[in-house]
Amino acid sequence: MDFASILQYLISGLTVGATYGLTALGFTIIYNTTGIINFAQGEFVMLGGMFSVFFLNVTGLPLPLAVAAAVAATVAVGAFIERCTIRPVKHPTLIQLIIVTIGVSIVIRGLAMLVWGKDTFALPAFTGETPLRFLGATILPQNLWILGITLVLLAALKRFFAGTMFGRAMLACSHNKKAAYLSGIDVQRMVLFSFMLSAFIGSVGGAILAPITMASYDRGILLGLKGFAACILGGLGNPFGAAAGGLILGVLESFGAGFVSSAYKDAFAFLILLGLLFVRPSGLFGKSAATRA
Amino acid sequence: MRALFSSSLAQTGLFLALLLAAPWLLTNDYYLTVLILCCLNAIIVVGLNLLMGYAGQISLGHAAFYGLSAYTTAVATATYQLPMELGLVLAVAVTALIAVGIGIPALKLSGHYLGMATMGFGLIVFIFLNETIELTGGPSGFVGIPRLELFGYAFETDRSYYVLTACCLAGVALLSLNIIHSRAGRALRAIHTSEKAAMTAAIDIARYKLLVFVLSAVYAALAGFLYAHYLSFVAPSSFGFLFSVELITMVVLGGMADLWGGIAGAFFLTMLPEFLRAFEDIEVLLFGSILVLSMLLLPDGFAGGLRRLARFAAARLGRSGGGADGGTGGDVDGPDAAKAAAPGAGGRP
Amino acid sequence: MTIRRILVASVFLCAAVACAAFAASPARAGDTIRVGAIFSATGPASFLGEPEKNTVQMAVERINEQGGVLGKKLEVVIYDDETDVNKCVLALDKLARMEHVVAVLGPTVSGNTLAVAPKISRYHIPMISCASSEKIVTPVNPWVFKVAPSDRYAALRILEHIKAAGGGKVAILTVSNGYGQSGRAVLKEQVPTVGLELVADEIYGPTDTDMTAQLTKIKGASPDAIVCWGTNPGPAVVARNRVQLGIATPLYMSHGVASKKFIELAGTAAEGILLPAGRLIVADQVAADHPQKPVVTTYRDLYEKRFGSAVSTFGGHGWDAVYLLAKAIEQAGSDDPKAIRDALEKVTGLVGTAGTFNMSAKDHNGLDQSAFVMIRIENGDWKIIGD
Repeated sequence: MDFASILQYLISGLTVGATYGLTALGFTIIYNTTGIINFAQGEFVMLGGMFSVFFLNVTGLPLPLAVAAAVAATVAVGAFIERCTIRPVKHPTLIQLIIVTIGVSIVIRGLAMLVWGKDTFALPAFTGETPLRFLGATILPQNLWILGITLVLLAALKRFFAGTMFGRAMLACSHNKKAAYLSGIDVQRMVLFSFMLSAFIGSVGGAILAPITMASYDRGILLGLKGFAACILGGLGNPFGAAAGGLILGVLESFGAGFVSSAYKDAFAFLILLGLLFVRPSGLFGKSAATRA
Repeated sequence: MRALFSSSLAQTGLFLALLLAAPWLLTNDYYLTVLILCCLNAIIVVGLNLLMGYAGQISLGHAAFYGLSAYTTAVATATYQLPMELGLVLAVAVTALIAVGIGIPALKLSGHYLGMATMGFGLIVFIFLNETIELTGGPSGFVGIPRLELFGYAFETDRSYYVLTACCLAGVALLSLNIIHSRAGRALRAIHTSEKAAMTAAIDIARYKLLVFVLSAVYAALAGFLYAHYLSFVAPSSFGFLFSVELITMVVLGGMADLWGGIAGAFFLTMLPEFLRAFEDIEVLLFGSILVLSMLLLPDGFAGGLRRLARFAAARLGRSGGGADGGTGGDVDGPDAAKAAAPGAGGRP
Repeated sequence: MTIRRILVASVFLCAAVACAAFAASPARAGDTIRVGAIFSATGPASFLGEPEKNTVQMAVERINEQGGVLGKKLEVVIYDDETDVNKCVLALDKLARMEHVVAVLGPTVSGNTLAVAPKISRYHIPMISCASSEKIVTPVNPWVFKVAPSDRYAALRILEHIKAAGGGKVAILTVSNGYGQSGRAVLKEQVPTVGLELVADEIYGPTDTDMTAQLTKIKGASPDAIVCWGTNPGPAVVARNRVQLGIATPLYMSHGVASKKFIELAGTAAEGILLPAGRLIVADQVAADHPQKPVVTTYRDLYEKRFGSAVSTFGGHGWDAVYLLAKAIEQAGSDDPKAIRDALEKVTGLVGTAGTFNMSAKDHNGLDQSAFVMIRIENGDWKIIGD
C-alpha cells in the first residue's frame, strides 16, 4: 500500500467524518442544555441541504443567499419543534423525550417527502469542482470548505460556551436546572435557544455537505445514527469530543474499507467503538464515571 | 404468594381467552396475519419491558436478537435440514449465548452509553446478516424456510399458527408476571430506582441485570423463531435499527413497567399502519404525529392513561368502571404497577 | 385536565370507529375485473415504485377507455409496501383475502417478490413482478412471472462490451442491497466465463456518500474497466469520486441508473459513462422500423404529458405488467386466476417497453439479451452505441 493511497483514505475519512462530526456537534449542544439526545438532529442536516436546493432552484436566490435562507428556515423549524413538542411535555422523562424527538424526526421526514418528493438533489460546489492534487492524493475544494467551516464553528462554540455569559448560562442548565433557575437563568429560554443553535449548526452542516453528499428527504436517518455514535465516541457533552469522534469514526470506516473490507467497513468502525466503550465507558474525551444521564 | 400467583394466572387466562376469541369476531381472515404479527411483537415487548420498565436498562438493539434467532433456525432447518425442535433449541441457545457475551460488558454502561453499545451491537449484527451471503442469502433474503411442524403437528393454517403464537404470548406473559412478583422482580425495581441503594441491600446488580437482559433476548428469540417459520422468508431489513426503535416505542407507548400496557402498545403500533394505509403518502406523517401526541397527552403510556381514566371515573361515579378497559386489561394490577412506575416517571430529566 | 381526558377518550373512540369502517370489506363486483398491485411507492425503493404505481393507474385507465378487457372494466387496487417486507406480505394477504383479486402486479423489489412468492402459490393467484432478480423465475414457480429483464442480460452486455474493447481486468463495485447483491453474483459468475479477470470486488452501502476509499483501492488494482452496480444516488457519487481521483479507466454502470436523474446528479462526471439500458429511455433514437418503436414512444409521450417528469425504465415495467395481464386475460377468455395463469405462459410476441415477451412454461420472463442496448452518456444525454 503506497503513501498516496493511505493519504487518500485519510482525506476520504476526514470528509465523511466531518459530516458525522457536524451532526454530533448539534447533538452535544442540546444535550448540554437539556440532557436530551435529539434524534431529530439528522433532520436538521437534511433540512439544511434540502432548503438550500429549494431556495437555489425554486426561488432562484444566488447560492450564498440560498444557504443563508436555508439556515434561517431550519433555525425557525428548530424553535418551532422546541415550542410545540418539547416544552409541552409535562414531567418529562428521558425516554419520553427521546420518543418525542423520534416522532418529530418521522414527521419532518414525511413532510419533506411530501413537499420535495423522493428524489435526490445536487447542490453546486461553492468554488468549483476541480480537484486539487496534494502529495499524490486528491481533494475537492468543497472538502476544504467543510473542514474549514467545521473548525470555525468549533472555535466559535468554544468561545461562546467558555467566554460569554449566555453560553455559560446554557451550560449551567445542564449541570443543574434548579440551581440555574435559582440564580436567575431563564431555563426555558435556554432550552429554546439550544434547539435553535443546534438547528443552526446542523443546517450549516447540511448546506456545506450537500455539494458532496447530495440532498434527499431521507438523508437524516443515517446521519443521526452516526452522529450519535460520534458523540458517544468522543464523550457525551464535549463539543470537541463530538467533532473529533466524528472524524475518528469517518477515518476508521475509510481505513476499514481500504484495508479490511468495504463490505464490513461500518461493522469494523462499530466494533472498535464497542471495544472502546467497554474499556473506557465514558468515551475518548469524556469525563470519567459515566452515570445514568 | 399463592394469591398473587393465582391473580397472575387469572389475568393471563382472561387475556388468552380474549386473544383466542378475537378471530371469531373478525370479518376477514386477513386480520389473522396482522394478529399473528401483533403477538410476535408483543412477545418481544414483554421482554423489553422487563428490561426497560423494571430494570431500567435501555436496549437499542433488540431487533438483532430477533433476527439472529430467525436466521439461526432458518439456517438450521432449511440449509442443514435439522428438525424444527432442534431449530428452536439452537435459535434460543445461540441468541442467549450472544446475549450473555454482549450483556456482560455492555451492562456495565448506563444511560446513553448503554444505548450506544446496544445500538452498535444491533448494527454489527445487521451488517453481518447482509454480508455473509453464503450463509444468510444477503440483503435479498433467505428463501425456503419450512412451515412450522412441531412434534408431528403441522401448523399449516394461519388459524392454528395464531393459536400457537397467542399461547406463546400468554405463556411469556405469565412467566414474566411471576418474575415481576418474585424476589427477582423486587430486586429489578430496586436497581431501577437506585443502583447504589440496591447494592447496599446486597443485591447482586450485575447478575440480575444480565439475567433480565438474557431473558429478554430469549423472548425475542422465541418470537424470531415463530416469525421465520410463519413467513418462511426472512430478510435483514426486518431486523434493522428502526425496528429496535419501534419496539422501544411500543414499550413506552403502552406503559413502562406495566406488562399489559406494553402488550397493548405492541398491538396498537403493529395495527396502526393498517388503519393509516388509506391515507397513503401522509401515513408516515400521521404515524409520527401520533407518537408525539401520545407522549404529550399520555406521558406514562396507555396503562397510565387508563389508570388515570379509571381514577377519574371512580371519583365521578363513586366506585365503578375499571373493568372497562377492553382487551388490554391494563388496569388490573393497578396499584402495584403504579408504584413500580413511580420511580420511572419521577426519574431525572 | 378534563379536556385532556376527553381528548384521550376521543382518540380511542376514533380508533374504534376506524376499526369498524376498516372491517367492512368490499363486495365482489361482477362487471369488473379486480386486479391487485403492490408497489414500493415510499421507502428506499420509491424511485422505482412511484413511476410503476403511476404507470399502472394510467395504463389501466387507458385500457378501460378503449373498452376494457373481455368487455369488462379493469379495477386496480394498489397497495404501498414502503419497501418493507412485512408490509408487502400483509398487502398480499389483504389483496388475496379481502379484495379477492384475480392477479397481482408487482412487487417492486426482488426481496419482497421472493418473500411473497410462496404465499402467492398457496393462494393460487398469478403474480407479475416488476423486480429483476433471476431467482424470481428460476426455478420456475408456476404462479410467478416477471416483466423486468434479468440482471444477467445486462451484465453480459457490459462484459461483452469490455471484452470487445480489448479489456482484460475488471473491477466491480456493488451496492449492499438486493439489487447490488444480484448484480454482484452474476458479474462474479460471468467475468471468467466471458474470458475476463476479476481484480477487485468492492461494496458500498446504499446510503454511503463517499466512495473514494473503494475507488482508491480499485485504482491500486489497475483494472481495464470498472463496473458499478447500484441505483441512485450511489452511482452518481461513484461517478463524481472517479473524476475527483482522476481515474481514467472506463466506468460502466448498470441499468439501475437509467433515468435522467442520474445525469443530473452526476453532472459533468457522467460524461463518457457506459451502461446497458432498455430502449424506452432512448425512444427517439430507436430505429423507426424497430418493433418496439411505437410502444416506447406512446408510453413515453403519455407518461411525460400526464406526470410532467421524464420516463424511467421502471415505470415501463408497470406498463408491461398491465398489458401482459390484459393480453393473458383476453387469450384465456376468462378472468379466472387459474385460466389467467395458464394463458400467461402462452403469451408470445407481446411487444412491451422492455422488449418482446415470449413466455413459456420454462421461461416466466420471456425476454433475452436483446432487451438491452449499450448507451454512452454524451453532452448530458443518452446515446445508443450498439444495438
